[in-house]
Amino acid sequence: MDRWTRICRLDELPVLGARVVERPGAGNVAVFRTATDRVFALRDRCPHEGGPLSQGIVYGERVACPLHNWNIDLKSGCAIAPDEGCVQSIPVRVDAGVVYLGVRADQPAPAILQVGADD
Amino acid sequence: MKLVMVGNGMAGARTLEELIKLAPDLYDITVFGAEPYANYNRILLSPVLAGEQTIGDIMLNGVDWYAEHGIKLRLGSQVTRIERKRRRIELLATGSNPVILPVPGHELPGVITYRDIHDTHTMIEAAATHRDAVVIGGGLLGLEAANGLKLRGMNVTVVHLADWLMERQLDRVAGNLLQKSLEDRGLAFRIKAQTKELIGAPSAENGRVCAVRIVDSDGIEETLPADLVVMAAGIRPNTALAESAGLHCSRGIVVDDTLQTFDPRIYAIGECVNHRGVAYGLVAPLFEMAKVCANHLALHGIGRYTGSVTATKLKVTGIDLFSAGAFTGGPECEEIVLSDPFGGVYKKLVIKDDKLVGGVLYGDTVDGSWYFKLLREGRNVSDIRDRLMFGEANLGDTGHQGQNRAMTMAASDEVCGCNGVCKETIVKAIKDKGLFTLDDVRKHTKASSSCGSCTGLVEQLLMATAGGDYSAAPKMKPVCGCTDYTHQQVRDAIRDQHLLTIPAAMRFLEWRTPNGCATCRPALNYYLISTWPHEAKDDPQSRFINERAHANIQKDGTFSVVPRIWGGETNSSELRRIADVVDKYQIRTVKVTGGQRIDLLGVKKQDLPAVWHDLGMPSGHAYAKALRTVKTCVGSEWCRFGTQDSTQMGKDLERALWRMYAPHKVKLAVSGCPRNCAESGIKDVGVIGVDSGWEIYVAGNGGIKTEVAQFLVRVKTGAEVLEYAGAFLQLYREQGWYLERTVHYVARVGLDHVKKIVVDDAAARRALYERLQFALDGEPDPWHEPDRAGIDRRQYVPLALLPA
Ligand code: SRM
Ligand SMILES: Cc1cc2nc3c(=O)[nH]c(=O)nc-3n(C[C@H](O)[C@H](O)[C@H](O)COP(=O)(O)OP(=O)(O)OC[C@H]3O[C@@H](n4cnc5c(N)ncnc54)[C@H](O)[C@@H]3O)c2cc1C
Ligand code: SF4
Ligand code: FES
Repeated sequence: MDRWTRICRLDELPVLGARVVERPGAGNVAVFRTATDRVFALRDRCPHEGGPLSQGIVYGERVACPLHNWNIDLKSGCAIAPDEGCVQSIPVRVDAGVVYLGVRADQPAPAILQVGADD
Repeated sequence: MKLVMVGNGMAGARTLEELIKLAPDLYDITVFGAEPYANYNRILLSPVLAGEQTIGDIMLNGVDWYAEHGIKLRLGSQVTRIERKRRRIELLATGSNPVILPVPGHELPGVITYRDIHDTHTMIEAAATHRDAVVIGGGLLGLEAANGLKLRGMNVTVVHLADWLMERQLDRVAGNLLQKSLEDRGLAFRIKAQTKELIGAPSAENGRVCAVRIVDSDGIEETLPADLVVMAAGIRPNTALAESAGLHCSRGIVVDDTLQTFDPRIYAIGECVNHRGVAYGLVAPLFEMAKVCANHLALHGIGRYTGSVTATKLKVTGIDLFSAGAFTGGPECEEIVLSDPFGGVYKKLVIKDDKLVGGVLYGDTVDGSWYFKLLREGRNVSDIRDRLMFGEANLGDTGHQGQNRAMTMAASDEVCGCNGVCKETIVKAIKDKGLFTLDDVRKHTKASSSCGSCTGLVEQLLMATAGGDYSAAPKMKPVCGCTDYTHQQVRDAIRDQHLLTIPAAMRFLEWRTPNGCATCRPALNYYLISTWPHEAKDDPQSRFINERAHANIQKDGTFSVVPRIWGGETNSSELRRIADVVDKYQIRTVKVTGGQRIDLLGVKKQDLPAVWHDLGMPSGHAYAKALRTVKTCVGSEWCRFGTQDSTQMGKDLERALWRMYAPHKVKLAVSGCPRNCAESGIKDVGVIGVDSGWEIYVAGNGGIKTEVAQFLVRVKTGAEVLEYAGAFLQLYREQGWYLERTVHYVARVGLDHVKKIVVDDAAARRALYERLQFALDGEPDPWHEPDRAGIDRRQYVPLALLPA
């Protein structure tokens, strides 16, 4: 990753919860924190009907979508069988208590929009 | 660790599936199966024999499934000895053997049993080359064999020893009806007849059987021609291997509630075992065993198998027959019977201590799964007794307004209205994916996974497509896949052990997952805060988004805001503030709800706190499992018929009860006279003003399935209304299971139970009402006291990408 962009401190994310990173024009990102302080980021669009995953219940390394309860694996962004579909996952790095996303602040759109079964 | 399984039948393979779900890599597994086939659905051999399905249709796990999970599969190998000293775990799933009557001639060619694919092939071949068949035994297997052979063109006679067919599942009337309709299809019967001898043909045809000599109850002998004799006179647990290994056996390999034999390293499961004195011969109990056994093999060590109630269905297309439980009745039992021999319908329900304990249905079995559910759950049926016989539809319980039944539905008809799933899709999923349970169907097709009103239809499709009756889900349904404990057990543990946090509860109850799932966490959270108010700490991350954000999420990710409008009565200043908020925040839709208040739809999450502040009205909790609305009518203040001031009563109730979390949402209504303009008859608590005071009704529901509320009590004063309604709701809060509405709670415990506490026992009622007031005391309004309500306010503030 050629550029990491800082978003917040780790302790600004709720444990077993998520926050939204707004990226006008490029699609929001949901940043999740697990009980063991692992951090994952996915585009905030459920592969089912686009529900905001950031609003779901986080458990283990999964999130349950708030709209129709699909369960999404935080690491891969893929729905747990028998549901099918994936949302794009985004690289995250936690360094000295600070969370960075692997997207560029100056030109975010192409980095995110190039792939994604969700679009 | 090494795990060796002997017997690759339905019970064994199912245990492996369950085990792999729990602990995919724990064991190095080897499977020995005497048959040359991988795992198939033995039940469906009958449709194969009848020419309705093929062997290909009934395979459950092919050899590639075993390979995929790293299981070594040794087919066509009969294990003859177990070496008990080796350090490994064994699992015996050897099934049972058909009983072979020791009559002269039983070893002749052409004399077979009916158990596996091989037998089925033999029968199909015989039918193509021979003419006369005799089936010995008029039980489930014998009749299915006879029917199949008949359909393949043979002349078939069934010889049966007992007084009527399927005497272990049917009473005499149903047995005789069954015989009549099978005779109409061309089968012949010899009832109360004993088989004396099988006679071989003179060596010309290689000594093959050619006749059966029988004797009837009057001692008269008869000789029946027979080129094929099928012995279907019962099964016996296959314990040979276990016995040779020195394991304790007595009418089956004796196992305990964890499916362990007398040697704890050896588990046994399926038809080969004797559990608490019972050897089962149907699939549903074996599947329950499989679940428990897998749990112990996976070293989770929780869950016990405590026995099953079984139900039987005969798989002869065109004959509808269902039997379950203690259908013969007996002392202290009452029977309800409906008999229409000309219409070919017979139904008998057996009731004991207000509970359904058994039943036989013949000719019309659509309600089989419903009766079976009532039976398993031990539900008190006194309240529906007079309508019980007429089935679930009569209670308004099948689908959206008594929809047509599963079997008569066209393939493209919609079964699940919520998820748009049609019959074809469900049937296909059951067949292709080898589904057995309601849960499986829900997962794979989504049918019946939302409002649940099509559950009965889906169960009927399962029964018809997968063969047996798999509605026999465990008697006790666990909260979710993270635990084997039921809602009741979890509630009890939280109370008895004084558990105060979700991690503590999960630890004590040995949850299987580190932090639960989206099903169990909200339930646990509710149980904790309702059992230990002011002590247990609420966990917002274990609440559904609506209760975490205090607004309803919409399909586009925005939220709706419904401020509280006490008793549905508002005024100009509230309306003006609402109007100003709509303008200021550019709110797209303003709608009057079905609950007598106003909904602002399309609010951005980050605007929520400001919208609440500007409205200056309390939270309407339209998003919560909590008190929603108290609907009222204008009442005696304005209405020419009004007998009581229903608007004021409604406002008083709403002010006393708002902020009250409950197992599910709670809705009230107060009408000023029996014309009932506030629709009190379909509310969780409905109050109706009468000349002498108030009538209180409970457990109504106007949602998925309309249920009329039941009369609880008549009282004189408004103070009494508050106390009785509050006490009833507190009882529900303490005893209800999460997501169980009052209608389902009261159906489960019985209205009598509620009345005994809330109406008959004044001290108990007051105590309940006091506990409710204690719980609500100081409960904050989340919209205006977010910190006291424990809201994580960071959620309303989006993050941004920060330049480095
Ligand atoms: C807004 C409203 C429709 C309207 O525009 O009028 C509504 C909207 C929803 N209802 Fe309702 N119900 C509304 C009145 C009703 C009523 C009528 C009433 O309350 O008098 C009923 C039947 C009465 C009853 O509940 O017994 C009703 C029975 C349901 C049910 C079925 C509940 C059941 O147990 O059978 C659900 C599903 C559920 O709760 O699981 C439901 C669920 C919903 C949900 C929450 C669906 C969801 O999960 O997202 C909708 C939320 C929309 C939102 O964000 O605001 N809604 N819903 C009504 C809000 C009333 C209010 O002021 O709070
Ligand atoms: C025709 C038919 C129709 C049925 N219809 C219904 C129905 O409608 N509903 C219902 O619920 N049930 C029905 N049943 C019963 C149901 O099929 C059984 O209850 C179920 O298959 C038992 O499972 P199991 O694993 O215990 O035994 P099985 O499925 O019999 O499996 C045991 C396996 O172990 C193998 N084995 C035994 N000993 C050894 C050894 N020493 N070494 C290696 N392998 C060994 C056997 O060859 C066999 O493959 C029906 C059965 C039949 C035959
Ligand atoms: S508001 Fe109620 S009835 Fe209308 S679509 Fe939503 S849940 Fe269904
Ligand atoms: S949008 Fe996520 S489950 Fe439907």
